[in-house]
Amino acid sequence: MTEDSTQSRRQFLQKAALGGAFAGSVSLPILANPDKLELPDNLPDWMRVPGADFSNYGQPSSYEQQIIRWISTNPDAPGNGVSWTPLHDLQGTITPNGLHFERHHNGVPQIDPTQHTLLIDGLVDRALSFDVKSLMRYPMLSRTCFIECGGNSNSGWRSNPIQSQAGYAHGLVSNAEWTGIPLKLLLEEAGIKSSAKWVIAEGADAAALNISIPIEKLLDDALLAMYQNGEPLRPENGYPMRLVLPGWEGVLNVKWLRQLRLSDQPAMTRDETSQYTDLLADGKARQFSFINEAKSLITSPSLGMMLPDNPGIYQISGLAWSGRGTITRVEISTDGGDSWMDAELQGPILDKAFTRFNLAWKWQGEYAILQSRATDDSGYVQPTRKALLASRGKHGFFHYNAIISWEITEEGDINHVYGF
Amino acid sequence: MSMVFRFSLLLLFSKTCFAVDSHQLLGKAANHLSQQSQFNLTITPDGKGLPPGKGSAAQGAKLFYQKCSACHGPGAIGASAEPLVGEVGSLNSNYPEKTVNSYWPYATTLFDYIRRAMPINAPFSLTPDQIYSLSAYILSQDGIISHDVELNQESLPKIIMPNRDGFISFYPDQN
Repeated sequence: MTEDSTQSRRQFLQKAALGGAFAGSVSLPILANPDKLELPDNLPDWMRVPGADFSNYGQPSSYEQQIIRWISTNPDAPGNGVSWTPLHDLQGTITPNGLHFERHHNGVPQIDPTQHTLLIDGLVDRALSFDVKSLMRYPMLSRTCFIECGGNSNSGWRSNPIQSQAGYAHGLVSNAEWTGIPLKLLLEEAGIKSSAKWVIAEGADAAALNISIPIEKLLDDALLAMYQNGEPLRPENGYPMRLVLPGWEGVLNVKWLRQLRLSDQPAMTRDETSQYTDLLADGKARQFSFINEAKSLITSPSLGMMLPDNPGIYQISGLAWSGRGTITRVEISTDGGDSWMDAELQGPILDKAFTRFNLAWKWQGEYAILQSRATDDSGYVQPTRKALLASRGKHGFFHYNAIISWEITEEGDINHVYGF
Repeated sequence: MSMVFRFSLLLLFSKTCFAVDSHQLLGKAANHLSQQSQFNLTITPDGKGLPPGKGSAAQGAKLFYQKCSACHGPGAIGASAEPLVGEVGSLNSNYPEKTVNSYWPYATTLFDYIRRAMPINAPFSLTPDQIYSLSAYILSQDGIISHDVELNQESLPKIIMPNRDGFISFYPDQN
């Protein structure tokens, strides 16, 4: 602690005492308790010595250090890879900023905001550039939404179920409150020519990631986000500015955004042709499959946990989300899909955002397969794995959203299985 | 002053004081910036954006060995990074392989991507001649172009990739 802050803390305590703030505690009656002298021994250490210092930026408890993003990268190119959000260790719906999933194609650029500009050009009346300082003066709005990598859950395409914890197989999705400028305002300032149908977005990372986005989406609900859960974006999430396209696959939410070029056609970049396209059984591939369809995941109980009491009552809890809109229903099965019960949806239920669901379950030692099935307000129902593979083949790699199954053994152990 | 008059005065006052534009237009004219090469990185299938230069497979083979094979393997068959060649015609088989030559619909994308992202430890370090050479080397491995073809601004966009018609646009008819 610095000299200044020590002094100001003393002054604060003095003033507070003078102001009578502690009068209440001084006047508490002292009870004639026969155990009084032994009391300090019965209290935990942290009640008998002053606690740790204040901190300029808070960190998780030292007892929760195992709650981390799981990183997987190419050893020859450590900046190319992913890190998964530990969804199995989290509750509620908001992903803490330090645990938001990452997908980087060539590392995290450390951008000096005074050196960064956003250029809007191409099919506009006037090309415009914006520096960070100017953008901070624009009207902003906040919206909570998930961002999901198109490659999330892609281990589901393998013929054997991967034995990874829920978040480390399905956590290339996170949910945050993003604050920024509606893209519409900036595009309209540049003046959109009627021939403009697509926008080529480009990031300022060492992959200069470029991708084509239909202009309708940018004019609809896209944000130029500058804040994430109330604080400036983290570098790994696009500092100083990124696109947020609610409900559309992660790669389109371009981080470190440096340019939007309006065009009459898509540019056919690497990340909209060779990647993020979904190969079908007949050898054709779906391209521009932007929307993340409805999906759900039981985060607890899930692989890596166990059921300690038999019989025992357990809270089945998980997350559901849809890139089309709001979650209207989540059903739970404990018998591998033979019968279903409605879970309780925890409000507020937001458009294109995580919805938490809960259901109490009494387990009596039987073999069980836990599944969750989400429905959204378009009527779309999350498919079984069998149905997904029947329509998409075995090699789609992207956009895997099938029902996820956890097997509970008679001993209370949990495994990942493919459903029936 | 009557109440009505006072009320209308208040309305007028409110309007003049509070009905401001929602924001000030702070974008700076950027025609000059828009012309500069660092904001013209994207190359489209019609070849727009390709720089002058030329290269052929023979030059590309040497360069590939120096700059690329550590990750993409000898002959571009893949190692820690993905394979770039071979497997043409495999997409509807039980073991589809998505290589540049089997899957990518446009050769212009190859130039665009190499320039901006490769080699991964030094993006933007290759000259246009080198990128044309590497593109020629990769494409010639599967006979998409012959070994002696010179790639340049004119010839690269004319290449018809084997999987040119392999994509079904899912937008806007996603439903």
